[in-house]
Amino acid sequence: MNMLLILLLLIPAIGGVLAWLSGARHPDWPRWIAIFALAADLLLTLPLIGRAVMPGQSAWITSIDLPWIPQLGISFELNLDGLSLVLILLTIVLGLVSVVISWSEITERVGLFHANLLWATTGVIGVFLALDLFLFFFFWELMLVPMYFLIALWGHEHRFYAAIKFVIFTQGSSLLMLVAILALVFIHQRATGQLTFDYLALLGTKMSAATAFWLMLGFFIAFAVKLPAVPFHTWLPDAHTEAPTAGSVLLAGVLLKTGAYGLLRFVVPLFPAAAHEFAPVAMTLGVAGILYGALLAFGQNDMKRMIAYSSVSHMGFVLLGVFAWNTLALQGVVVQMLAHGVSTGALFILVGALQERIHTRDMRLMGGLWGAMPRLSGFGMIFAIASLGLPGLGNFIGEFLILLGSFRASVPFTVIASLGLVAGAAYALLLVQRAFHGRTAAQPGSAKPYDLTARHIAVMGGLVLAIIGLGVYPQPVFDQVAPGLAALQHEGTPPGNTPMEGQP
Amino acid sequence: MHELLWLVPTLPLLGSVILMLGAGRLSTRAEAAAGALSVGFAAVIAFTIAGGFLLNPPAGAAYEQTLWRWFDVGGLSVTIGLRLDPLSLVMMLVITGVGFLIHLFATEFMEGEEGYGRFFAYLNLFVAAMLLLVLGDNFLTLYTGWEGVGLCSYLLIGFWWRDPANGLAARKAFIVTRIGDTALLIGLLLIASRLGTLNIAGAMHNAAQSWPAGSPLATLAAFLLLGGAVGKSAQLPLQTWLPDAMAGPTPVSALIHAATMVTAGVYLIARTHALFLLAPAAQYTVGGIGAATLLLAGFSALAQNDIKRILAYSTMSQIGYMFLALGVGAWGAAMFHLLTHAFFKALLFLSAGAVTMRLHHEQDIYKMGGLARRLPVAFWSFLIGSAALAALPLVTAGFYSKEAILSGAWADGSSGRVLWAAGVFGAFITGLYIFRAVFIAFFGEAHTEVSGRYGWRVILPLSVLSVLSVLGGLIELPPALGHVTLLSNLLAPVLPASKEAASVAPLLVASLAGLLGIGLAAVLYWRPARPPAETPLWRFWHAAAGFDWLYDRLLVRPVLWAAREGADDVIDSVYDAIAWTARTLHEHVRRTQNGRVRFYTAGLAIGSISLIAIAMIR
Repeated sequence: MNMLLILLLLIPAIGGVLAWLSGARHPDWPRWIAIFALAADLLLTLPLIGRAVMPGQSAWITSIDLPWIPQLGISFELNLDGLSLVLILLTIVLGLVSVVISWSEITERVGLFHANLLWATTGVIGVFLALDLFLFFFFWELMLVPMYFLIALWGHEHRFYAAIKFVIFTQGSSLLMLVAILALVFIHQRATGQLTFDYLALLGTKMSAATAFWLMLGFFIAFAVKLPAVPFHTWLPDAHTEAPTAGSVLLAGVLLKTGAYGLLRFVVPLFPAAAHEFAPVAMTLGVAGILYGALLAFGQNDMKRMIAYSSVSHMGFVLLGVFAWNTLALQGVVVQMLAHGVSTGALFILVGALQERIHTRDMRLMGGLWGAMPRLSGFGMIFAIASLGLPGLGNFIGEFLILLGSFRASVPFTVIASLGLVAGAAYALLLVQRAFHGRTAAQPGSAKPYDLTARHIAVMGGLVLAIIGLGVYPQPVFDQVAPGLAALQHEGTPPGNTPMEGQP
Repeated sequence: MHELLWLVPTLPLLGSVILMLGAGRLSTRAEAAAGALSVGFAAVIAFTIAGGFLLNPPAGAAYEQTLWRWFDVGGLSVTIGLRLDPLSLVMMLVITGVGFLIHLFATEFMEGEEGYGRFFAYLNLFVAAMLLLVLGDNFLTLYTGWEGVGLCSYLLIGFWWRDPANGLAARKAFIVTRIGDTALLIGLLLIASRLGTLNIAGAMHNAAQSWPAGSPLATLAAFLLLGGAVGKSAQLPLQTWLPDAMAGPTPVSALIHAATMVTAGVYLIARTHALFLLAPAAQYTVGGIGAATLLLAGFSALAQNDIKRILAYSTMSQIGYMFLALGVGAWGAAMFHLLTHAFFKALLFLSAGAVTMRLHHEQDIYKMGGLARRLPVAFWSFLIGSAALAALPLVTAGFYSKEAILSGAWADGSSGRVLWAAGVFGAFITGLYIFRAVFIAFFGEAHTEVSGRYGWRVILPLSVLSVLSVLGGLIELPPALGHVTLLSNLLAPVLPASKEAASVAPLLVASLAGLLGIGLAAVLYWRPARPPAETPLWRFWHAAAGFDWLYDRLLVRPVLWAAREGADDVIDSVYDAIAWTARTLHEHVRRTQNGRVRFYTAGLAIGSISLIAIAMIR
């Protein structure tokens, strides 16, 4: 029995309990426990890299299937393919980063904080692994609760409002998904006589076009809220803004990706024809998100809100790419997710560091920070230009491939989406100007602000290397996820439609 | 030596990385050494490679070096590879050669500035990106360099970051060129999708195979590439950023906004000339844009008092000549003018910088005056540069390259004659505006004290560039004047031969036009008086025909308004309304739960009676 995937979930889950219990002894204990738990997960995951990259092999790297509630056709079924693997790696790495950068920021209830952080990580890893729809839904809900506490307990001024809004949006939409899951399972049972929540069995379930459309919509809305797609995005700016830095990093870096993952794994493969019909609408929402997010990012004064809206814009590219549904676009989506996780995570860390130093996120009170904090400002500049899609950095690869893929699906959408590149330049450079350049504003904090400390420099340096690596040598990622994406494409292309590959 | 090609862009990149990582830890001397020498060594390698290339041309007149596979996905394979052919060879020599001279100049010019190391980090990064742009063997590598130089341009225009005006100029430059870049990117999407490759040579080959001349796709692709070119090269209608870009330190203006980056558009069109030959409409447009820009910028240069802005409009105007040459198919002439322009415009900017560094950064020519005797080095450099710019016949490099362009236009049929006339009139304006600056700034009474002395790091680059501005034209002489064809021979494998005017008459007319402009400048400005009166006409050209005003009203203000008004996210108000409705209903319904048994009984009774009544009436 291959226990590896179980261990991936158990280690952070138990680590969370230990972190909670040990918090009372010394605040450093939970921190080290969290680091050890995540590092152990990372060590378990690393040997899986590079497996199942040959074309023709099964896309699954490893899997496990234990009976759980056999009477209801529910099993503890975990499967790992390349797509899950890269997203899990992102989750673990950003989890580690979150622990490190919270070292000085979080001083209250340190044990509980790290417990929630680890449990949220557990939930996310579970989402990326579960292939039983019931189990998937279980993890989907599991990741919300610790996230709620992270925002509500360690957040900023309006943390309760933001936390409640976050829960209502995600709970409301996942209710739709639950209904859709149950309907799908019962339809499948009526057709085959077999009651099962197994994703692999449910693939290709026959149903009328209208039914398929409504079920697809149930899944789509749940994932579109999480992504988030316009017009379901409004929880995000509040949640991001009010969350502690680690919460923002996890939200932007990892939680949003569960939405994209859901679209890739479930919406299109389970309902290929309906998703195909729906693609123009989804792509419209994607393009709207790109431009609307960019415009609102441009207008914000709160730095965290600005970055939150830039996430809406970047996730618009993801939505566009998913529904273009060809290899180029899907590979672009994967890189866009990774690059966004790194670059936006990094920007949130910088805002957090800034807030620790000058006690504000309001860019009207900033300006000229380059003088006092050249390192922080320099890193901020690098990630701002990553965010605007400069070639050589990871985000460009994602956006370019998404645009190239969507060009084959729809030229008008692609042309409008590419305007987002101009808009991205506008808000990213405005951020640099308002915070780091210009006249030095009188700082609200009385003490002279100090530059990044060694701990932060190490983290940021690592993230810079990651974003450059994704930008100049993304091929290992492409190879890793190619078989998984090919399998999804095989399921997700409605009969009679050839995949829109075009010429090479 | 060919194998060392990868070092040419890598050395400046390395210099940049060292300067960034060593920020705050290196001495000024070390920073200057890292900044200048990294480009110097790159230049030495580049010239050595060029020597080998010329003596011993590789098969197919191109040498390719694949560094690594960038990505291979969905049937699209892109490598990071360099391709050295005569076209990229010329560009590489300009970038490293002129680039090194400007770096050397800057080590002295920037002395004592805050952020000395940061300056060279950006400048080195620029050189690396520019080399990648011209050496890249596929469109995506080219685009990487293309965006990289845009970034460095942004960083260096805004180098003095404490002044918000510099930041604004920097962002304007980046965003305006990004509009063009986006057109270019869409062009790349089209090429990749329809031609199946992003390799430049491969795509050009496939285009000629699968697109007939004048086909809509070829025309569309050419226009999209042209969009990128007009943005980067500051041509109509995306020209407005260049004058503001003068906010950057003067060596930046010399390197980026005169000698190299702004000519990237010319390089791009020359590189993809096979596509433009399939799209006559696009090629005509290139010529038309060039002619319109050279005149507009020439008039605007005439109405400036800031010496750097005069030179900025002059650059725009001279690139207009290069576009004109591309439009009439005088590919070689465009590259020839790109080369000589790099020499004399870098010289003009550096000598202007040499003036202002001794004049407490005063840039208004009316506040200079009488500098000829007090700053002889700067004067002679500026004079030689101006003569080359005004195409002073026979003795300047600019003369020969401009003649090559006008000769090509003359030979290109009736539409070519129109462009030729515009070019000749432009030559007149050029002589007028640049010698206006010469006479006002360097003659007459002194208005500002000069201070300090020049070191060798200023004098040497000025001297070398002066020599090149005089003699650089001798590599290519028209049939009437010796008929030397070194450059066109070199470029023959990559660029089609251009037509030339058969008679000498157009050459004479064009020469006279330039002389006439210089003469008129002498008459008008020999005794410089007060700054010009602000007539409406002067204001119109001072503002470069009001494009900034127009774009501000049409684009900038609406977007700013929308961003300001929409900042609170109207979509969220829908959810707020839902929440408000729920809360209001809750408030109302909550009042009925008041704990009074009589109230509940009454409610129960009224409800029951109503139900019974409804049942009975039905």
